[in-house]
Amino acid sequence: MSIAEVPQGRLRSPFYSRISAADTVNQWHEWKGYSSADALYCEDTEYFAIRNATAVFDLTPMTKYRITGPDAPEYINRLVTRDMNRIKTGRVAYAVWCDDRGQVIDDGTIFHLKEGEYRLCSQERHFAWLQTAAIGFDVSIVLETEDIAALAVQGPTSFTVLSTMGLNGLEDLKPFGLMNFDFDGADLMVSRTGFTGDLGYELWIEPGKAELLWDALFEAGKLHGIRAMGTNALELARIEAGYLAAYQDFLPADATMRAGRTRSPLELGLGWLVDFKKPNFNGRRALAEEKRRGSAWRLVKLDIEGNKPAHHSYIFAKEKGNKSEIGFITSAAWSPVCKQNIAIGTVRTPHGAVGSTVWVEVFYQREMHWSRAMAQATVVDKPFWFPPRRSATPPGRY
Amino acid sequence: MTDRYDAIVVGGGHNGLVCSALLGKAGKQVLVLEANDQVGGAAVTREFVDGFAVSACAHLLYQLQPSVRKDLKLSPKLASEDMTTVVLDEQGEHVRIQGNSVLGVSDADAKSFRGFHKRMTRFADLLRTYLNKPPPRLGTRGLSDLLTLGRLGIDIRLLGKTEMREFLRLIGMNIHDELDERFESSLLKGALSLDAVLGTHLGPRSPNTIMTYLYRLAGDHGRVASPTGGMGSISDELAKAARESGVTIRTAMPVSRIIIDNGRVAGVETENGERFDSMTVVSNADPKRTIMDLVGARHVETGFTHRIHHLRMRGNAAKLHLALDGLPTIAGLSKKDYAERILIAPDEHYVERAFNPAKYGESSPEPVLEITFPSFRDAKLAPPSQHVMSAVVQYAPYDRKGGWTDAARQEFEAAAIRAIERFAPDIAQRITASELLTPADIEREFHITGGHWHHGELTLDQFLFVRPVCSAAQYRMPVDGLYLCGAGAHPGGGVSGAAGRNAARAILSREKAA
Amino acid sequence: MKTYDAIIVGAGHNGLTTAAFLAKAGLDVVCVEKNDYIGGAAVSRNLYEDWMYSNCSYVCSLLRPEIYRALELHKHGLQVTPYGGSVTFMENGDYFGSYHDPEVAYREMARFSQHDADAYERYSADTMRQCRFIRDFLLRTPPDPTSFKPKDIKELIAIGNKFMEMGEDRMYETIRFWTMSVAEYLDEYFETDVIKAAMSGSGIIGTALGIHSPGTAYVLLHHYMGDVDGNVGTWGFARGGMGAVSNSIAGAFQAYGGELRTEAGVAQIIVNNGRTTGVVLENGDEISARVVVSAMDVKRTFLKCMERSDLPESFYKRVENFKIRGSSGKLNIALDGMPTFPALPEGSSLYISDMHFIDSMERMERAYDDWKDGTWSKDPYIDMTIPTAVDPTMAPPGKHFMSCFVQYCPYKLEGRDWTDPEREEFAKSVIEQIANYSPDFKELILHYEIRTPQDIEDEIGITEGNIFHGELTMDQLLFNRPVPGYAQYRAPVAGLYMCGSSVHPGGGVMAAPGANAAREILADLKRPNTVPENFGDD
Repeated sequence: MSIAEVPQGRLRSPFYSRISAADTVNQWHEWKGYSSADALYCEDTEYFAIRNATAVFDLTPMTKYRITGPDAPEYINRLVTRDMNRIKTGRVAYAVWCDDRGQVIDDGTIFHLKEGEYRLCSQERHFAWLQTAAIGFDVSIVLETEDIAALAVQGPTSFTVLSTMGLNGLEDLKPFGLMNFDFDGADLMVSRTGFTGDLGYELWIEPGKAELLWDALFEAGKLHGIRAMGTNALELARIEAGYLAAYQDFLPADATMRAGRTRSPLELGLGWLVDFKKPNFNGRRALAEEKRRGSAWRLVKLDIEGNKPAHHSYIFAKEKGNKSEIGFITSAAWSPVCKQNIAIGTVRTPHGAVGSTVWVEVFYQREMHWSRAMAQATVVDKPFWFPPRRSATPPGRY
Repeated sequence: MTDRYDAIVVGGGHNGLVCSALLGKAGKQVLVLEANDQVGGAAVTREFVDGFAVSACAHLLYQLQPSVRKDLKLSPKLASEDMTTVVLDEQGEHVRIQGNSVLGVSDADAKSFRGFHKRMTRFADLLRTYLNKPPPRLGTRGLSDLLTLGRLGIDIRLLGKTEMREFLRLIGMNIHDELDERFESSLLKGALSLDAVLGTHLGPRSPNTIMTYLYRLAGDHGRVASPTGGMGSISDELAKAARESGVTIRTAMPVSRIIIDNGRVAGVETENGERFDSMTVVSNADPKRTIMDLVGARHVETGFTHRIHHLRMRGNAAKLHLALDGLPTIAGLSKKDYAERILIAPDEHYVERAFNPAKYGESSPEPVLEITFPSFRDAKLAPPSQHVMSAVVQYAPYDRKGGWTDAARQEFEAAAIRAIERFAPDIAQRITASELLTPADIEREFHITGGHWHHGELTLDQFLFVRPVCSAAQYRMPVDGLYLCGAGAHPGGGVSGAAGRNAARAILSREKAA
Repeated sequence: MKTYDAIIVGAGHNGLTTAAFLAKAGLDVVCVEKNDYIGGAAVSRNLYEDWMYSNCSYVCSLLRPEIYRALELHKHGLQVTPYGGSVTFMENGDYFGSYHDPEVAYREMARFSQHDADAYERYSADTMRQCRFIRDFLLRTPPDPTSFKPKDIKELIAIGNKFMEMGEDRMYETIRFWTMSVAEYLDEYFETDVIKAAMSGSGIIGTALGIHSPGTAYVLLHHYMGDVDGNVGTWGFARGGMGAVSNSIAGAFQAYGGELRTEAGVAQIIVNNGRTTGVVLENGDEISARVVVSAMDVKRTFLKCMERSDLPESFYKRVENFKIRGSSGKLNIALDGMPTFPALPEGSSLYISDMHFIDSMERMERAYDDWKDGTWSKDPYIDMTIPTAVDPTMAPPGKHFMSCFVQYCPYKLEGRDWTDPEREEFAKSVIEQIANYSPDFKELILHYEIRTPQDIEDEIGITEGNIFHGELTMDQLLFNRPVPGYAQYRAPVAGLYMCGSSVHPGGGVMAAPGANAAREILADLKRPNTVPENFGDD
C-alpha cells in the first residue's frame, strides 16, 4: 500500500486556468512552490495597465498566517517593531520584524481582521519563528496560504472596476483600510493595499470562488482597460513606488551566511516603523543601541543621470580617485512614468544623506560590446511615483 | 505601601545568600525572599522522619570556593574532612581513594593515578581561576574582556608545551577512554567514571566527561567533606553572614513574579500578593524558571526565549534517605570506613549501562550510588545507636516515560536497595523508614526546573561564554535590572558559591560604571 | 640501487593524491600498494560476474574540487553525478522523503509538521554557516597552538580572525555547535521524530558515537561540507564506482611520470640515524628514497611498520591510544532487478536516493548501545544506495548493485574475532531489515559480500576498518589530529610523512590530507608548490 506522494513540481494557484488562458509568452518562475508568470503577453502593456487602467496580479503564493487568541495583540506587538495598538480593527499595517540583534527578518502586511484576530502576509515563510515567538503567549498561529486566493487589482480605474462589479461602499475605504463583501455567498475581503504605489486594492477569497471572482472582475473591467499582469510589470512598479523586496534590497537575517549582510530597519530607512516607546519588542535593545551609536548602512533612493539602468552597480563617493566603493545598487530601472533613471541602493554611513550626490558605475551593453560610465546620482527621500489618486478618498472615477 | 530595596534576591539558596551577603557588605539594602520555610535551597538539613535528619539534596561539600570562604569569613564545622572514597567490591577488596593515593589496586595503577591526579588538579586549578570571574564576552573590543581572554590564552600556554597539548586534547574528551588508557582496576575506573557523571545526563563514554570531572576538582582538588549538622549548617552560616551585613531574609515567601514595568525590573510580587519594589532583582532561581515563569517570555525577546527554552536541564540524580536501626554490614569495611564516601560503581561499563536507560526516559535497573552515613560522625542526626543513610542514586531521569508514579518510585527504590544489598546483605532488614526524592520531587520541593543539580547540564555547549545561554553569560539578563546568581549562571552547580559571588561583583561593578 | 625522491606507501586516494602532486612538481616518485589493485577504500571491484562493487566507500561529495581541477581528473576518467534526496521508511507503513527539489522537500516535511518544514530553512542556514567556517581550513595545515613560529602564529590569527568575523552571537553558536550532540542540535529546530532520525544519521556515520554523544554535531558537518559543483551538501556517484576516483588520480600520477607498483606491501620503514631512507617490502626487496610518505593509518604506520625504538616514546604511546574504532560494516549486493518498495508510489524519485529504515531517535541510539555492548546493532542504521539507478555501467542492463553501509558493527565481538555464522547473522539483520519494506528484495539477491570492520582491515589494511582512519572527536581533530604536536603531516622521524585520513582534515574521500601532506613535503624539499589553495568564499 503506497502513500500518495506530496505534489511534485510546481503548484498551480486557483487562478491558474485564467492566467494561463491570458498567457501567450509562456514565461514562468517559481514562487514559494507555485508557478508564477513573469509576463503574460507584453511587459510594457502590462505595466501601463497599472499606471493607466487596471492590472490584476495573482498574489496567492504570498505566505499568509492567521494569528488569534487572547494574547494576539500583545504577541503581535512584541513581534514587530511598530506600535500595533494604533492599528484598529479593519485596518492594515505595513510592518517589519527583527531578530534579537535588531536585524530585519522580513517585512509584510498585518491585517487587523477583527478584535484580536490578525493576518500576517509576507514574501517568505516564518512559521517556525512565529511559533518560537509565541512561547509564553496564549495565541494560535495557522498557516493559511493555500486557504486563501488573493489578487492585486491595481491602477487608476481599479475603483471603477470594483464598483462596477457591485462592491458598494468602497468609496469610503481609505488607504490601508479593509472591508468585507458577500460574493456569491462567500466572504470577499477587499483591502486598499498594494505594491504598485498607485490606487489599488487586494482581494481575498476562498479558493473555490477564485475563478468566479476572476471572471466577474474581468467582466466588470471590460470597459475600463483591465488586464492581467506578470511579476516583471509589478517589479517595475514597486521600484517606482520605492518599496523594498526581500532577497533584493535586504536579506532575511536568519538566512544570511556572512557577517554584515543583514540590515536593521533603521538602515533600511524604516525608522518610522520602529516605536521605541514600546517597552519590549524583538530587537528593541539592539536597535536602541544602534540609534545611540549610529547605523553602519543607509538605504538610498537614487535619481541617476542619463538613461542607462544601474543594475548591480557599485556606488562611489566621487567620480574619480575613489579608493573603494561606498555601497551598491540593489534595484534599478528606467521609470517609464517618471522618465527617470531610478534605483534603490545601500551605502555606508555617513554617505547617502538626502540631497547629497554620489556616483554610480553603470555598465551597459550595446551590440555585444560593454561600456562603462560614471553617472551622477542624487539621493531623494520621496518615492519616485506618488500620484495623489493613490490616497484620495473617495477615489476618482477614471 | 511597599518597601523599596536596593536589591531583591529571589531565592535563598546558597548562591543567593552569598550574593546578598556581598551586596549587603557593600552597603546595599537587600531583601532575600525564600519560598521554603528554611533558607539554603538545595543545601538544607531536614528531618525526613521523626528523629532522623539529613542533607535533603546536596549532601557533600567539595566545591566551596576559597574566595567565598575568605570574603565572608566562613569557617564551616566539618564532621568529616578530607573523606576517603571507598569503592565497594563484592569480595570485600574495596578500593580506597584519597587525594593522589589509591589503595587496593596494582602498583602500576597507583602510580598512574598519581600522575593522573597531578595533571587533573593542575588543569582544575587553571579552570578555577576562571570559575571565579565572569566569563569574558567574545567579539567585543571591551578592555576587560580582551584582558581576560588574553590571560586565558597565556595561562594555557604557561602549562608548557606538553601539558598544553594534553589540555587541548583532553578538554572535550570522554573520561572512559582516558581511564581505559591508564588503569587496569575496574573499581578505580568505575569510581572515577561515577565522579565524572554525578549530577549530569552523561555516561562515562559521553565526550565532555573529562570536563565535568575537572569541574568537580576545581573546588578543593576533589577533597570531600561532610559538614556537622548537614549541609543546612553551611546555609545557616551563610544566612548569618548575610544578616550580619544587614540583609533582610524572609522565608516562606514564594515569589510569584518579577515585576517588569516599562521594559525594566521594578520589583517582585509574592504569592500572597505582597509587592516589594526594587530596581535590581537578582534571581537565584534557575534560568528557565526565572525567565519563563517569573519574568514571562513576553518581556524578553524571541531569540533569547528560544535559547532558554532549549536549555537542557533534565536531572537524573535522585536522593535516597534511609533511617536505619543500625549500620549495615559490609564485608571488608572497617568501622571508620562508615564515615567515608562510599561508591557503588563496580566498573565503568556498569556506570555506562546504568546511563543507557536514562536516554530513553527509563530509570536504571542497576543504578550507581554515592553513599554516606552522616550520623556516623554526627550523632545528632539520628536517635542513639541508630543511623541515617544519605545516597545519591543515578539514573532517575526527570522526564521518566509514564511519569514518576508510585509504582515507578517503588521500582527505583527497590533497585537502589538491591544494588546496596549486593554489598550489604542486611540493609533491607535495617530500614525503618525511607524517603526517595526523584528529580521530579526535587523540582517540586526545591523549585529547580528538571530537578537538575547544576540548573542546566554542565556540557561545553552550556559552559563558560555560553552559560546559561549565548549573550547572557555575564549574570546580566536582557531585562534592565535583572540578574542571575544561581547555578544556572557561570560557572555552574555544586555548593561552591562562585555564581553568587561573581554575580554580586558584576552587579556592583556595573553600578560603579553607571 | 636507484634512490627515489619519494615513496608513497599505499595507493589509496590520499596516497595517490600526494604522489600525483609530488610527481607534478617533478619529483621521481614511486607509489607502492600491497594489494593487486589500487584504490584502498575508494575502489570498484568486480566480485561477481559483470557487477562492479563500490565495496568500501560508495558515494562522493567531499572530494575537494580544487584537487579535481588541479589534477585534471576529468581527463583521467572521473565523472561525478549528483543524486537527490533520501527516504526513511517508517514502521507504521509511511515514509519520510527528502527530495532534491527544495519546495517538494518543504511540502513533504510539512506533511509531518509545518513547524519543521519552516525550521528547515533556518537549520540549513545555520548549518551552512558552520560549513563555510570549516571549508576554508580543509586545504590548510593546522597550526600548532603551542608553537611560537611565525607561520603557526599567523595561521592561528587567521583562524581567530575568521572566527571573530562571524560576530558575537554566531561565535557563541559556533562554540556550541562544535561541542553539541547531533540529537540536541536537531532538537533546537525540529519536533518530528522521523525527521530528526532521518537527519541524525549524518552525525554518526563512521563513528563510535551515538546521536546523543556530544561532538556529533560536528560529524554531521563533516558529511555536509562537501559539494558537487558548488551545491554544498550534495552527494554524487562516481561513474563506474568509487574506484573511478582512485583510478583517475592514479592516471594523473602516471601522466606526471610517477611509478605505480602493486603487490608490493611494505614490511618495514627503514630508519637510519633518525632519518628514513626507504622501505623494505614484504618480499624482502628494498626501495630507497629521500622521503617516505605513509598513506596508511597512523596505527598501522607506526605500530606495525616501524621499530618502536625509532620513535619517541611519548609519540608511540599516543599512537597506541589513538582512537580508530571499527563501528561500521557493509553489505554489498548484486541484484537481479530493482527491488520494489510498496510504501513508495510507483516511479517515485525516491527510488534514486539514500534509503534508511530507522524512524526514531530512540532506535538510532539503541543501535549504538548494541555496539557499546560489543555486538552489532540488531536493528541497525543502514545507509542504502543503488548507484546503478543512476550509473548503468556498474551492472548488466536491468540488473543492479546495492551498497548497504551498516552502523553499528564492532571490530571484535565482545573482544574476540567474528565467526562465519556470526558474519552471516550480521548480514541477515541487514537483509531482514530491508526486506521488511521490500517484499521482493530477498528473491532478487544474486550475491552478496559481507564486510565487517575486521574484513576491511584484513583486506584494505585500515586499522579496525574505520572509514575515517580515526575517530572525528575533538581530541582528534585539527591540531590534535592525529596526535598533538604532529598535526603538520611530519612524523617524528626526518623524511617521514603522513598523508592518510588519520591526519587533518580526516576521512571521507576528500583527498585533502594527501594534498596538504604534499604541500608540506614540497616546502621541506624547497620545491615549487603544486597544491592548490581552496577556492574560498563559497
